[in-house]
Amino acid sequence: MSIRLGSILVGLAITAVLVLWSLLPGAYNLAFGPAPEKQASYAFYEHGEGPEGGFSFDGPLGTWDMAQLQRGYQVYKEVCSACHSIKFVAFRNLAQLGYTEAEVDAEAASWTVPGIDPATGETTTRPGTRVDAFPMPFPNAIAAAAANNNAIPPDLSLMAKARHDGSNYIYSLLTGYGEPDPEKAAKLGFETGPGLYFNKHFPNVNIAMAPPLAIDGQVTYADGTDATIPQMSADVAAFLTWTAEPSLVARKQTGWFVLGFLVFATVLAFLSYKQIWAGMKPKKG
Amino acid sequence: MSFAWAKQYEPKSAFTRWIDEKLPLPRLVYNAVGAGYPVPRNLNYMWNFGVLAGFCLVLQIVTGVVLAMHYAANAEVAFGTVEHIMRNVNYGWMLRYAHANGASFFFIVIYLHIFRGLFYSSYKAPREMIWLLGVVIFLLMMATAFMGYVLPWGQMSFWGAQVITGLFEAIPLVGTAIKTWLLGGFAPDNAALNRFFSLHFLLPFVIAGVVILHIWALHIPGSSNPTGIEVKSESDTVPFHPYYTSKDGFGLGVFLILFTVMVFFLPNALGHPDNYIEANPLSTPAHIVPEWYFWPFYAILRAFTGDLTIPFTTIVLIPAKLLGVIAMFGSILLWFILPWLDKSPVRSGHYRPLFRKFFWFGFIPCMIVLFICGGAPAEEPYVILSQIATAYYFLHFLVILPIVSQIEVPKPLPFSITDAVLGKGKVASPPRAGTAGDGDGGMLPGGALQPAE
Repeated sequence: MSIRLGSILVGLAITAVLVLWSLLPGAYNLAFGPAPEKQASYAFYEHGEGPEGGFSFDGPLGTWDMAQLQRGYQVYKEVCSACHSIKFVAFRNLAQLGYTEAEVDAEAASWTVPGIDPATGETTTRPGTRVDAFPMPFPNAIAAAAANNNAIPPDLSLMAKARHDGSNYIYSLLTGYGEPDPEKAAKLGFETGPGLYFNKHFPNVNIAMAPPLAIDGQVTYADGTDATIPQMSADVAAFLTWTAEPSLVARKQTGWFVLGFLVFATVLAFLSYKQIWAGMKPKKG
Repeated sequence: MSFAWAKQYEPKSAFTRWIDEKLPLPRLVYNAVGAGYPVPRNLNYMWNFGVLAGFCLVLQIVTGVVLAMHYAANAEVAFGTVEHIMRNVNYGWMLRYAHANGASFFFIVIYLHIFRGLFYSSYKAPREMIWLLGVVIFLLMMATAFMGYVLPWGQMSFWGAQVITGLFEAIPLVGTAIKTWLLGGFAPDNAALNRFFSLHFLLPFVIAGVVILHIWALHIPGSSNPTGIEVKSESDTVPFHPYYTSKDGFGLGVFLILFTVMVFFLPNALGHPDNYIEANPLSTPAHIVPEWYFWPFYAILRAFTGDLTIPFTTIVLIPAKLLGVIAMFGSILLWFILPWLDKSPVRSGHYRPLFRKFFWFGFIPCMIVLFICGGAPAEEPYVILSQIATAYYFLHFLVILPIVSQIEVPKPLPFSITDAVLGKGKVASPPRAGTAGDGDGGMLPGGALQPAE
């Protein structure tokens, strides 16, 4: 009995402390206190949708579009790689994009990676080989910050998984540059920060990255695809989805085999359960 | 084991006879999960989750041991070795996704197992020890899961470690020293990562040990059942094998199908994208949230927003942070006295009209609100909702349960499990509160204690 009496007293005490010292002051503040300040930038943010028609790898049956991945790689190489690394990807991984072994070697050799001079031991550079990872555009974080108005360009290997709905996020970010609605901006006293760029799909609409894909035809695609800004954005978003999760398609395909086996095994398990229990339960009705 | 009519293990061959004489391990298994364990014949699907939890523990240990072969607990390279597993290790992505989602599924299964225990009052005599050991397992699981989440050394790993170890700072006088001692530094770094890895590897085996005690304690009174009345005769039970092995086999199949859907098609749905950003002590994420299975307790922690002061003065008796920490730990620790708070002689919620109302319309909505608020940013209306739900949580266990179990008039219970299954007549008079009825633990109609061994 005493344990229950004690618990009732403790329970009432906890509730009293919570209600009198936290809930009531909070409720009072909510009702009569100043409204929480909202930053003007939130008035300009728009949630970005992905490219029209979605990506080829969306959904449980999705697969890579190899031509698109190769185009996306070209955009990364010619545009993004000036500032952004993909340090978790190696040249040998390019074989997954449909390149032949010889093409992978040639592609690796077209990049310059840090090396050691075998004669003197001095640090030097050399052409990449298939075992090398993609090189870093800056020697260190301080150099990266110094060259970019104090904002370090993030590594892009995992970007498609490091944001909610990452593939669509990358696409909408690249297509979200522009100017804020002048009327609204004047009303709210909103100005894009110094050295920053307006992007309606970036969470606080002020992004340090200059529009990387500024004009149609910035890249000349080998397969003749028209390099519009949305096209380049979708291609590089697809490529970065691959860098973030090279096993994505293999994973889904494996999943179907596993599911098929399990459904079969579970049906068998259910039938044996029913057979063993037959007669143990009264018939209904 | 626990009943006179339990089947006895009979070794068939010369070899099994020899084994049985030297080390009767097959006999132990036979009595624990074989034909030698009589189980009530009326268990519903809520009784599947104990076996599933055991499966999850084995799954986590097996995938975890292989992951540990490829992982390096060093703050410089930990994030990179996880990516190495994802990209270069054969089927490494499958192992890691199975381990990460396996933790979530372990908690889903455990929460359903606890829910079963709460609704059917499985914690009551004579099964208090099973419940107490279960609470110990749950606490060990929470510690293990928290430390495991730190290992990938992403942003949420780092800041989660910062917040959780920061809770110890709330302890008066020695708090900061304890936090520094726990972390091996002033902030989470290599020392913390190394010890978390060591403990994350150790604790699952400690859990396995407590699970053995949990099952041992279970086999003394035997399993509970949905009517909450004790086994009276052989017709009330069936042997665990093949009756419940077949039912658990089906349950395992359904579990694995759901698990497969998550691992292969939505592997990151239960995680946080920020954990794919390498830990950076100089950049705080916008919202630091723990894994989803901690959300209800995180909501209780954050519900205390005001210091406990002496009214009309500024003298602080207990700071808000310490109140939150006490409440969060208290919300689980109070489960240790639960068997003595609920004194209703009837176990099953089916026969307890008042208890059932508070359970479905009070406790369950309260847990859902706590869950949602714990994952939401600390702003209105979530703060006020979490405060109301936290208050109800403590009132439910500490005030409502003791009073309800005293004043409630239970519905009439069936005479036996067999009668309940076959739908025969009910007993005329309901057991009176406070007296040992058919629903009271371990008592046979004659008043004799149930034979234990």
